[in-house]
Amino acid sequence: MLGNIHSIETFGSADGPGVRYLIFLKGCNMRCKYCHNPDTWAKTEGEMKSAEEILQQALRYKRYWGKKGGITVSGGEALLQIDFVTELFTLAKEKGVNTCLDTAGNPFTREKPFYSKFEKLMEVTDLFMLDIKEMDEDEHKQLTGQTNKNILDMATCLSDHGKAMWIRHVLVPGITDDDGQLHRLRAFIDTLKTVERVEILPYHTLGVFKWKELGIPYALEDVEPPTKEQVEHAREIIIPGYKS
Amino acid sequence: MLEMKEWDGFEGRLWKEEINVRQFIQDNYTPYDGNEDFLAEPTEATNKLWGALQKLQKQERAKGGVLDMETEVVTGITAYGPGYIDESLKDLETIVGLQTDKPLKRAFMPYGGIKMAVQACETYGYQVSDQLKEIFTKYHKTHNTAVFDAYTPEMMKVRHNKILTGLPDTYGRGRIVGDYRRVALYGIDHLIEEKKKDKANCGCGEMTDNVIRLREEIAEQIKCLEDMKKLAEIYGYDISRPATNAKEAVQWLYFGYLAAIKTQNGAAMSVGRVSTFLDIYFERDLKKGIITEQEVQELVDHFTMKLRMVKFARIPSYNQLFSGDPVWATLDVAGTGVDGRSMVTKSDFRFLHTLENMGPAPEPNLTVLYSSRLPEAFKDYAARISIDTSSIQYENDDAMKPVWGDDYAICCCVSATQTGKEMQFFGARANLAKCLLYAINGGVDEKTGQQVGPDYKPITSEYLDYDEVMEKYDKMMDWLVDIYVNTLNLIQYMHDKYYYEAAELSLMDTDLKRTFATGIAGFSHVIDSLSAIKYAKVKVIRDENGIAKDFEIEGDFPRYGNDDDRADDIGVWLLQTFMDKLKKHHTYRDSEPTTSILTITSNVVYGKATGAMPDGRKAGEPLSPGANPSYGAEKSGLLASLNSLTKIPYEWALDGISNTQTINPGALGNEEGERIENLVNVMDGYFDQGAHHLNVNVFGKEKLIDAMEHPEKEEYANFTIRVSGYAVKFIDLTKEQQMDVIARTCHDHM
Repeated sequence: MLGNIHSIETFGSADGPGVRYLIFLKGCNMRCKYCHNPDTWAKTEGEMKSAEEILQQALRYKRYWGKKGGITVSGGEALLQIDFVTELFTLAKEKGVNTCLDTAGNPFTREKPFYSKFEKLMEVTDLFMLDIKEMDEDEHKQLTGQTNKNILDMATCLSDHGKAMWIRHVLVPGITDDDGQLHRLRAFIDTLKTVERVEILPYHTLGVFKWKELGIPYALEDVEPPTKEQVEHAREIIIPGYKS
Repeated sequence: MLEMKEWDGFEGRLWKEEINVRQFIQDNYTPYDGNEDFLAEPTEATNKLWGALQKLQKQERAKGGVLDMETEVVTGITAYGPGYIDESLKDLETIVGLQTDKPLKRAFMPYGGIKMAVQACETYGYQVSDQLKEIFTKYHKTHNTAVFDAYTPEMMKVRHNKILTGLPDTYGRGRIVGDYRRVALYGIDHLIEEKKKDKANCGCGEMTDNVIRLREEIAEQIKCLEDMKKLAEIYGYDISRPATNAKEAVQWLYFGYLAAIKTQNGAAMSVGRVSTFLDIYFERDLKKGIITEQEVQELVDHFTMKLRMVKFARIPSYNQLFSGDPVWATLDVAGTGVDGRSMVTKSDFRFLHTLENMGPAPEPNLTVLYSSRLPEAFKDYAARISIDTSSIQYENDDAMKPVWGDDYAICCCVSATQTGKEMQFFGARANLAKCLLYAINGGVDEKTGQQVGPDYKPITSEYLDYDEVMEKYDKMMDWLVDIYVNTLNLIQYMHDKYYYEAAELSLMDTDLKRTFATGIAGFSHVIDSLSAIKYAKVKVIRDENGIAKDFEIEGDFPRYGNDDDRADDIGVWLLQTFMDKLKKHHTYRDSEPTTSILTITSNVVYGKATGAMPDGRKAGEPLSPGANPSYGAEKSGLLASLNSLTKIPYEWALDGISNTQTINPGALGNEEGERIENLVNVMDGYFDQGAHHLNVNVFGKEKLIDAMEHPEKEEYANFTIRVSGYAVKFIDLTKEQQMDVIARTCHDHM
């Protein structure tokens, strides 16, 4: 089957363990105010490629992956193309390639048919990287336009199935960095059994130009990236006990 | 078999039967696969001397790039009495010897060309004495004059129109690495004896040109060896015998190198592969307990400090080609042996550690001979130093070893030669991008309007036809290769005659292999242009004289640097075609023709002289350096770009294929451990696929821009970056070149 591809990056070093081949898929339902890839939101057709083709392309870089590296599917929201991802990862596992899914969890539901597909996906995914934007439901809606209940449920589901995950949280000053929130996030993470790493991703403005190109008003115009101290403070709450 | 008391404790036979440093190393070195924890901090003496030297470097910059110049004394091995970094600190210098009588003072070297020697002085406000001018114009011919006496009008034209550029007709050709280790291992007297034997056995009595020339050359070499002894005496040492200990080994070796840099101003004055050799001496003394790790590191630091001081007087046009005052004192570490053992010793760590003890620096041009099979701890350490200092380059030992064995050294920026057994005739570059324009314009230069190449029929169609372009390009390349080889033959002949490298060659075998090193400029632009013509539509914009001045591209086309075989295959074709054409020609002294895809910083100057290209590059814009993809062409990230490079067969460009990549620290990983691991993985993957060379820079664009705008900031005084084939202090580059470096792709994924 064909995947709707936004872009490819042959050298990813921050999206999963080791050196990775990154596949960005098109389409996302969330409208996070700080999104640095708004150009991946639309579900209009990008480059349509088969799973085999993508894997063959990726394998050209196998020599760079060392012991830990592999492929990461990101987005957009990769779970919107769950059939494609599952096929790609199944093929990848046949070749012994490490697979990693970078997701914000928004399409997750325990309803069928999604959930049975998700169970298959879990079998061929070595690592899930799950973005948790906000713990508070209302604020989450405010920030992303979507509920967070199913996202948190997805984390629990992964934990229950013994699937390794990294939790990531984007730190936006004045929006996602108040101590109460961070402590709630920490408490939630502590309920999960399979978290291998927790990352604080400092908000940055490198993607703002894309909003302008797309002609979408940018709501965080006045927000500055967090200071080193702010990041350090958040890390102290979230990370101790986990690898970062 | 010869025995010397200085060899006590050394194993092996063959190296005692003949001059064979390689065998000595293999029989005696101690591989080290541990980590860097044993390394020592700089001593107080090192800090004081380095502090004094940095002060001098600051004064040098404040004076416009030159601290002092000689105007009265012709350079020579024994031209000066002793000189020190600082007279009041001279007792702290464990390794001694300067090119002139004062630190950073540039010698007067007229033999490459008196005009240039005078011009270099005048550029910085110094006047060469009238007597010297008279001697070297009236009574003694120099290389440059001789070359121009013999040039044909056509050669003058290709030179003037810059389709051949950077020819070594105004400066020393360099790229000859004396086996300076021989001084330490054998002592000068034994080397003289061996040279005398060679002279006695040179020819059977029939005096052919070759025999006469070689006999004279050996005589010159012996004179140099005698002078080296006198040079050592000036500093209070007797190097007639082999070195007896660690300190002497370094000092003896350095005297050999010092003789070379006192007599030659070659474009590259490499030190060679010395770390594993010296380690044998360090280990012997460490075992005996007569030296400490700190003292060993001090020797390495002080030796390295001397290599950071090598200076030559240069003319402005040279500085434009090779920006930032480089000398290519290339020093190689690591590599593996033919027997499969890693050649990494503790001293390979120690040399890299100089970048920590004394901070980053462009010289010596530290080169790691890389293999994925090197000990992991060493790879990690080198990667860390790269990330911290951006001062190291890597070259593929697995690619070079089958060709050059396990005792080759890098003789220039990236080119390998077998130490002591081989010399290179350096031959600058042919601008193949410009050659493509000549093919389109029927041999008329697009900048000057002169008929430079043969007046073949130009292309007159509105849109370029791939087959027609290829046919014409092939013919124009035939012409260019022909004039190129002949020009170089002439230059090399005159260089041997008027500026023979007796000092370096006295420390090499008499019976030498010689390579004839040509070079290619404009590689990526030719590929992308041909790709555009083939896969898109390229419309020609001509001026009133019918010369193609610009091109309009309709549609998309694959570009070199994206791991797209459609484009990359054109690169392979280009290289092989060029080499095939070269091989047909007679090359001076039966040398073996080779080529390189490396341009140093000359890509800016070449670009200025090159019109708009069918790939969309505008007239006058810099060419991309070396074998790098064109600016902005890399759309799929670092590894796609690297993969494109791995397809260029090293065997067809034995003189080197240089690639410079700048990676944002954040794009390499979140924290130091990850960055090191990822960088090592990248290099393993790149070199395991056969690529030849990689310059690794780790910093962001913001830092470059800030350094350009605020060169006075303390933090930028030693801010070093890798450019094509060497390292340079960023603030020493011209503004144009700084802009060029900034414009190059910075791999920075969001």
